Amino acid sequence: MKKNRIFNAVVILGASVVVFVILAALQYIGVIDEYNGQLLTLSGIYIVVALSLNLITGFTGQLALGQAGFMSVGAYTTAIAIMKFHVPMLLAILIGGLVAAVFGIIIGFPTLRLRGDYLAIATLGFGEIIRVLMINLGSLTGGAAGLKGIPAFSETENFVLDAVIKFSWVYVFAVITIVIISNLINSSPGRAIISIREDEIAANSMGINIAYYKIFSFTLSAFLAGVGGGLYGIYMGYLNPTMFGFMPSMNIVVIVVLGGLGSITGTVVASVAFTYIQEWLRVFKDLRLVIFGLALILVMIFWPKGLLGNKELSISGFLRKLFKRENNPERTVSQQNGSREGK
Amino acid sequence: MEFVQQVLNGLSLGSVYALIALGYTMVYGIVKLINFAHGDILMIGAFGGFFIMGAFGVSPTTILISFIVSMGVCAIIGIIIEKTCYAPLRNAPRINALITAIGVSYLLENGGRVLPFMGPNPKQFPTFKIQNYNFLGINISQTQIMTIAISILLMALLNYIINYTKIGKAMRATSFDMNAACLMGININRIISFTFALGAALGAAAGILFASSYPQVEPYMGFMPGLKAFVAAVLGGIGSIPGAMLGGFLLGIAETLTKGFISSKLADGVAFGILIIILVVKPTGILGKNEREKV
Amino acid sequence: MAVLEAQNISIVFGGLKAVTNFDLKLEKGELVGLIGPNGAGKTTVFNMLTGVYNPTSGDILFNYSSDDNASKSIVGLKPYQITQLGIARTFQNIRLFKDLTVLDNVRIALHFNVKYNALQAVFRTSAFYREEGRVAGKAKELLEIFHIGEKQNELAKNLPYGEQRKLEIVRALATNPKLLLLDEPAAGMNPQETQDLMKLIKFIKDQFNLTILLIEHDMSLVMGICERIVVLDYGQTIAAGTPAEIRKDPKVIKAYLGEGGEFDA
Repeated sequence: MKKNRIFNAVVILGASVVVFVILAALQYIGVIDEYNGQLLTLSGIYIVVALSLNLITGFTGQLALGQAGFMSVGAYTTAIAIMKFHVPMLLAILIGGLVAAVFGIIIGFPTLRLRGDYLAIATLGFGEIIRVLMINLGSLTGGAAGLKGIPAFSETENFVLDAVIKFSWVYVFAVITIVIISNLINSSPGRAIISIREDEIAANSMGINIAYYKIFSFTLSAFLAGVGGGLYGIYMGYLNPTMFGFMPSMNIVVIVVLGGLGSITGTVVASVAFTYIQEWLRVFKDLRLVIFGLALILVMIFWPKGLLGNKELSISGFLRKLFKRENNPERTVSQQNGSREGK
Repeated sequence: MEFVQQVLNGLSLGSVYALIALGYTMVYGIVKLINFAHGDILMIGAFGGFFIMGAFGVSPTTILISFIVSMGVCAIIGIIIEKTCYAPLRNAPRINALITAIGVSYLLENGGRVLPFMGPNPKQFPTFKIQNYNFLGINISQTQIMTIAISILLMALLNYIINYTKIGKAMRATSFDMNAACLMGININRIISFTFALGAALGAAAGILFASSYPQVEPYMGFMPGLKAFVAAVLGGIGSIPGAMLGGFLLGIAETLTKGFISSKLADGVAFGILIIILVVKPTGILGKNEREKV
Repeated sequence: MAVLEAQNISIVFGGLKAVTNFDLKLEKGELVGLIGPNGAGKTTVFNMLTGVYNPTSGDILFNYSSDDNASKSIVGLKPYQITQLGIARTFQNIRLFKDLTVLDNVRIALHFNVKYNALQAVFRTSAFYREEGRVAGKAKELLEIFHIGEKQNELAKNLPYGEQRKLEIVRALATNPKLLLLDEPAAGMNPQETQDLMKLIKFIKDQFNLTILLIEHDMSLVMGICERIVVLDYGQTIAAGTPAEIRKDPKVIKAYLGEGGEFDA
C-alpha cells in the first residue's frame, strides 16, 4: 500500500519531468520554433485559468462567467508588486493569487444565494465591475492605457533560452495546478464539492456544509485564476483592462465546455487546442472570428458534451482496458470515470 | 434643473434599454435562454436604418420605412437564428445554449466587420439636423422626443399583443408551463419563433433609436447596450414584461445621473453595481416571482 | 427520555397554513408511522424536522448524544448541521447523486466524519490514505448489509428502482444517525419488495440502534411494523395511537374515505 503510494508519486513526478525535458529540449534545439514555443507557453497559462474555472463550473456546478475578472486582479497585483515594490517574481505571482482569492471570497458570499442563470449573471457583473475598477484606479493600474514594461521572466538576451525559461515557469505552474485540482477532486472534500453539483438539497441533507464548500471552491478558483493572470501579465509584458473583459471570460468558458465540464484532462487538451486553433485561424484575418463563432455553434449542436464529457483520459485506465484486468477497488473517482468511458 | 434634465436624458436612454430588455425577457421567459446575440440584432436594425436613410435621405417617410423594414428583416433573422442555432439545443444543458448564443453573437458582429458594405469602421448615422426645444430651462431634442414616443408606442403595442390577442395568450401559457401548453394543443415551435421575431423586431427599433442619438453605426455597437439591457431585464425581474420596461427606464436614469453628477467613467460600472445589489437583495428582480424548489 | 420532541410546530407558506400545532414525541427505539391523505403536510413535517424549512412557530428538541439530558432545540439549524447531530432522512422522490457511483454516494454521506482536510488531500498525507481506506471500508460494509455491495462501481442512476430506494437508506445510515426519517420508502415497490423492505427496516432499527419515523401510504407496511401511528389531515393531527386504535378511529376513516361533500373543501 505504502509502496504503491510512493510508486504513484514517482510515476507522476517522473512523467511530468520527462514531458518537460522533451518539450524544453525540442525548443532549445529548435525543433519547436520560437513561435510554437510561445504558443505552448500560452497554452500553459490557459490550462491554469481554465482548470480554475472548471473547479467552479465543472465540479461545483456553479455557472461563472467572470473568470477573467479574477485573472485581471492577479495580473495587476503581480505586475504592480514587481514594478512598484520590487517583489521577487515568484512571490509576486503568489501575492497576485492571494489578492484574487480575497476577491473570490468577497464575491463568493453574496452569490451563495444565487443559482444557475442568476449566478452566471452576477459573476458576469462582477467581472465587468472589476474591469471598470481597473479603468478607474488610474494611479495604480494606469487606467484605460494600462501598465507597460512589466519585467519578463528572464533578462537573458538569448532568445531561445528566454523562450525556454518562460515555458518552464508556466509549465511548473500548470503541473502544480493539475495536481492540486486532481488530488482535491479525488478526495473526500472533492466528493463533497461534486455532491453540490449533483444535488444541493441532498448534499445538504447528507451533512455537507454547502456554503463552506462553495466559498472554498470560489476562493481556490480565484486564487488559481489570479496566479494564471499573474503569469499572463508577465508573459505579455503589458496589461490593460480590455484584456480582461467579457470576451476573454467567455473564451475561458468555451475552453472548459469544449474540454468537458468536470474533466481535468479534457480542459488540458482543450486549452492547448484552443490556443492553436485561434492562431491557425489568423490566416483568415477578419474572417477568423466569424469562423470561430460558427465553429462554436456547430460544436455545441453536434458535440454537446465537449471533448470528454465529465470523463478523464487516464493512462492506467487505458492500460487496464488493454489487459482487461479485474476491477481494482482502490480506484479513484477520476479513474472510474476513465474506465466508464469504455463501457 | 440639472437633475430633471438628466432624468429626462435617462428616460430617453432608458426607453431604448427597455425595448431591448423586452426581447431578452420574452425569450428567457419562454425558453430560459440568455440570448447574448440579442444585442447584435440591435446593430443589424441600426444598419438597416443607416442604409435606407443613407440612400433616400432623412424624412418622416424614410424614418417610418426604416422602422418597418428593419423590424421586418430582424424578425426574420431572429426566426432563422432560433430555428438553426437554438432549436436543436432546446433539451441540452443551459450552458450549451449560452455558448451557442455567444457563437451567434461572434458570427453577427464579425460577419458585419467582414461584409464589404458594413466594414469595421464607425459610420455616421443620418439624422435630422438637431433641434432643441426648451421648456423651463430643460432641453429636449426632437430625437429624444421621437425615441420616447416610439418606444412607448411599441410597448403599448406589445402589451396589446401579449394581453389581448390569441397568440399573446398562447405565449403567456407557454412561458408559464411549456409542457402543459403543448398538451393543450399550442404549437410550441410556432410560439417560440414568434417570440424571437417579436423580440428581434423590438431590438431593431431600439437599434435605429440608439443610432439616432449617438449618430453612428458599427458592428460592435450592440454589445454594450445589449449587456446593459440584459441587466435591465434582470433588474425588473427576468421573464416579466412590465419588469423589463421598468428596469430599462430605471437603468437609463441611473446611468445618466451617474454620468451627470459623479463620473462618466463610472457609468458602465453603475449598471453592473445595480445588478449585483438587486441579485443579492432580491434575485428575482423587482417584479419577478419567487420560486421555491420542492423537496 | 424522548429522542425527538416537536412542540406545537406550525408553518405558514404565504398565508397558507401547511402544518398547524403539530406535536410529536419519539421515544428511543420507537418505530412510528406518519400517515395522512395526499397534501396533508407529512413531508412538510419532515422538512421542518430536518431544517429544510423553519417552522413559523413552535420548537423542536433533539436528544443528540447518549446522555439522556443532552437535548437541544434544532430550530434554525441548517440541514447539514441537523444531519451531523444525528437526524438522517430519505426523500419521497429519490434524490440520489445520480451520475456518481454507488460507492461515492455512500462516501459523500460519510464525508463529515472524515478526519483530513483539503490541504492534506492535495498533499496526499498519510492521514489521507488512512481515512480513505477507512471510509471505503465503512461504505462497503454498509452496502454489503443491503446486498448491493457488488454494485459499488455502478452509477446510481443505473440501479433498478428498488435498489435506488435501498441506496438512499444506506446513504442516510452512513451519516450515523440516531433518528432516521423515511419518506415513503415503499413507494413504487411491489408487495414482495414491500415485505422485504419491512424486514429490512426492522433489521436496521435493531442493528443500528435507531429510532425511526416513516411516512407511508402502503397500509400493510404501516400497520405491519409501526408501533405507533400519527395521522395528519389538512396540516393537523387528527389521531394518534397504536395501529389497532387508528384502524378503528372514525376521524381517520373519514379523512381517508370521506363523507359526502367533504372533499370539495
